[in-house]
Amino acid sequence: MFGYYLDLALRSLRRNKMLTALMVLAIALGIGASMTTLTVLHVLSGDPMPGRSATLFYPQLDPQDMDGYEPGKEPMQQVTWIDGMNLLHAKRGLRQALMTGGAVPVQPAQSGMDPFYSDARYTSNDFFAMFQVPFLYGRGWSEADDNDKARVVVITRTLNEKLFAGKDSTGQTLRMGDTAFRIIGVLDSWRPNPHFYDMNMGNYVASEDVFLPLTTARELRFDHNGSTDCWGTGGGDEEHMETAPCVWLQFWVQLSGVSDAATYKEFLVHYSQEQKAMGRFQRPPNVRLPTLMEWLDINKVVPGDVRLQTWLAFGFLLVCLVNTIGLMLAKFLRRSGELGVRRALGASKREVFAQLLVESGVIGLAGGMGGLLLAFLGLWLVRKQPSDYAALAHLDMSMLLITFLLAVGSSLLAGLLPAWRACQITPALQLKSQ
Amino acid sequence: MDILPILSTLRRHKITAFLVIIEIALTCAIVCNAVFLINQRLDRMHMSSGVAEHELLEILFADIGPNKNQKARTEEDLAALRQIPGVLQVSSANQVPFGNSSWNGGIKLDRNQRVSTLNATTYTGENVLQTLGTQLVEGRNLQPDDYMDFDDVVRAASVKDAKGIPKVTVITQSLAQRLWPGQQPLGKVIFYADYPMTVVGVVKHLVRPAFTDSATAEFTMVLPMRITQGLYIIRTDPNNRDAVLKAAVAKMKAINPHRVILKQRPWDEVRGNFFQNDRAMAGLLVGVCVALLVVTALGIVGLGSFWVAQRRRQIGVRRALGATRRNILHYFQTENFLLATIGIALGMVLAYGINLMLMLHYELPRLPAIYFPVGALSLWVIGQLAVLGPAMRAAAVPPVVATRSV
Repeated sequence: MFGYYLDLALRSLRRNKMLTALMVLAIALGIGASMTTLTVLHVLSGDPMPGRSATLFYPQLDPQDMDGYEPGKEPMQQVTWIDGMNLLHAKRGLRQALMTGGAVPVQPAQSGMDPFYSDARYTSNDFFAMFQVPFLYGRGWSEADDNDKARVVVITRTLNEKLFAGKDSTGQTLRMGDTAFRIIGVLDSWRPNPHFYDMNMGNYVASEDVFLPLTTARELRFDHNGSTDCWGTGGGDEEHMETAPCVWLQFWVQLSGVSDAATYKEFLVHYSQEQKAMGRFQRPPNVRLPTLMEWLDINKVVPGDVRLQTWLAFGFLLVCLVNTIGLMLAKFLRRSGELGVRRALGASKREVFAQLLVESGVIGLAGGMGGLLLAFLGLWLVRKQPSDYAALAHLDMSMLLITFLLAVGSSLLAGLLPAWRACQITPALQLKSQ
Repeated sequence: MDILPILSTLRRHKITAFLVIIEIALTCAIVCNAVFLINQRLDRMHMSSGVAEHELLEILFADIGPNKNQKARTEEDLAALRQIPGVLQVSSANQVPFGNSSWNGGIKLDRNQRVSTLNATTYTGENVLQTLGTQLVEGRNLQPDDYMDFDDVVRAASVKDAKGIPKVTVITQSLAQRLWPGQQPLGKVIFYADYPMTVVGVVKHLVRPAFTDSATAEFTMVLPMRITQGLYIIRTDPNNRDAVLKAAVAKMKAINPHRVILKQRPWDEVRGNFFQNDRAMAGLLVGVCVALLVVTALGIVGLGSFWVAQRRRQIGVRRALGATRRNILHYFQTENFLLATIGIALGMVLAYGINLMLMLHYELPRLPAIYFPVGALSLWVIGQLAVLGPAMRAAAVPPVVATRSV
């Protein structure tokens, strides 16, 4: 029966090409626009560490003095050197890492290549294991390297391509800021989205090209990038960052689960009380322990514009669907004669209804294909945009599936009313008027 | 005119008529709000910066390895840059307007205040105001003997020595208005990091490097500190900016080959980059508006054609009874006008509703009333244009159709 309906549908669609084209075009435009924006939203609001995000936490402390104190206010977004180091060395989690962003002058050994600046991450040894960073060659550094302020560095695949033509460069020397570093690892392609571990760099930037121990970077006074928030009269000059009343570091901890989180939070409260007793902290303990996804929410990572665009696109889809309903109604009602004959020859209302729905499904499928093409075009346009998330806008399998479901589903929905109306035809009346 | 017969015909096509009305209403509501959003973005993009827009160049650089005697190096650089033909002013500054990376601090009006009154951005660098080309409206600019070296100020701050901290500042009109509404700001004192500073001058405009809310975009103060942190601003004759930029970079490389130029660009590029997302969003909104209007127009054409085909016989009878082609044409035009009017009325209500939602979630202002008549007019026009084709086809139906059986 389905095959017969399909045949009828195709015949009927061919009969009025103009009207069919209009319906398909309307659905295609609506689907194309909404899939483009939905894909962007999907990419931007995704989980950067699937499978692990629920075990990654971002501890927040409140180390400020009493100036501007309001109970219950969100604590600072980063930690001081002292607190960061204390939490790091306390080792209360499975893994923990303290870090900040930076920029380092790279002096290539190759002649004819000018020195250049690379974005860097100064961090501690657990970083790689904790964030499941893939290695192409070599490995990360050890805790001993952190303590010894070792001159070791891990570079990305991109930088390895640039400097060593993609060959295994572990054991080679990399000169940065007039200091020789030993390359101990080369990362494979890695770009978590958003750039969750430090959003001062931009929410959707690519990962840094150079990773080295935080202690080493501080000893060599490498430039640090990101925001530095100070309070009181303490200035944040480069020389005194270890003692300054300023927050400028990100601290992440990996815990085994939610029950662990409660224990860790207690530890943070206890730590704050201890620091207050010592006179370093002045405020009552105010700690937070958001998970990775909660941290992204707190920072409102997905741009408001993208949400607005998604609403807009669905509004557009709605208009396109209303348009399609109108056109389908016109088309189906025009065939009253034909439908009357079918009814008179014994087709039940249900059969006529099914036949008409198949027809609208076919329209939806055609519209979906057109919409898919338009979505590819739309995403290509998005990638041309200058925003830092632009390069991420690609359709994945799940989005592809959703496109077709949305297209067929919405056109079936649009077909319901016209098909129902067309079924109401009294066969006798139609035959008479012929 | 013959509105009553049209209405009674429409009553027999309730659903289709209703769909046209809904489509027009939705289009009207979305387009009104989208155009409003576009205008908001355009306003933002044309925001005044307060600087000599087309005369500035930015050079961002970094030294490789620690650099001793940075101050002498900077003076050497600046002297060399000044000698390039076309260069009017140069300054080693800490930030540029719309440059995104910024220095900010809390301002208090009273030393004992617990919470800062507001957060302002601080420009510093010798000659920075003169180089940027800001317009002084009251008082005086910062002068050579106001200036201190930034490193000395940091050292003084670390031992809380108030003597080593700048004592004067120049602020923007917008900041003065916010701090002392309706009062004369000259001679007033603000507390910056608990150190008192007297306002000696007021500039008309000077925008921050970065801001999220336009209302605070010009909360700007300028402190008299000489700074060397790898940013030079050059003011030049606008006609050969590119040549000057090239010459400046070459000269800096010649003076010290052991450094990396991170960025070199005319300031217009800085501004362009700052508003790139607004531009992209405005472009997208324009695209959606056009697409919506086209889809709506095509929908009207499609339904119009259907109606004409369905009523061929009725039209033929009317023609046979003496109706002119013009009568038939007007019939369909009036019908569309009626539907559009109902749609527009509904659309206005909907537009207002959507605007209320946007006000709630995106901190947008209220939709100005002017959008309503303009939106109505454009939808009427589009409706009339769209129905013209089918209506003309209707008018072309010969009276003899009335005598045929189908």
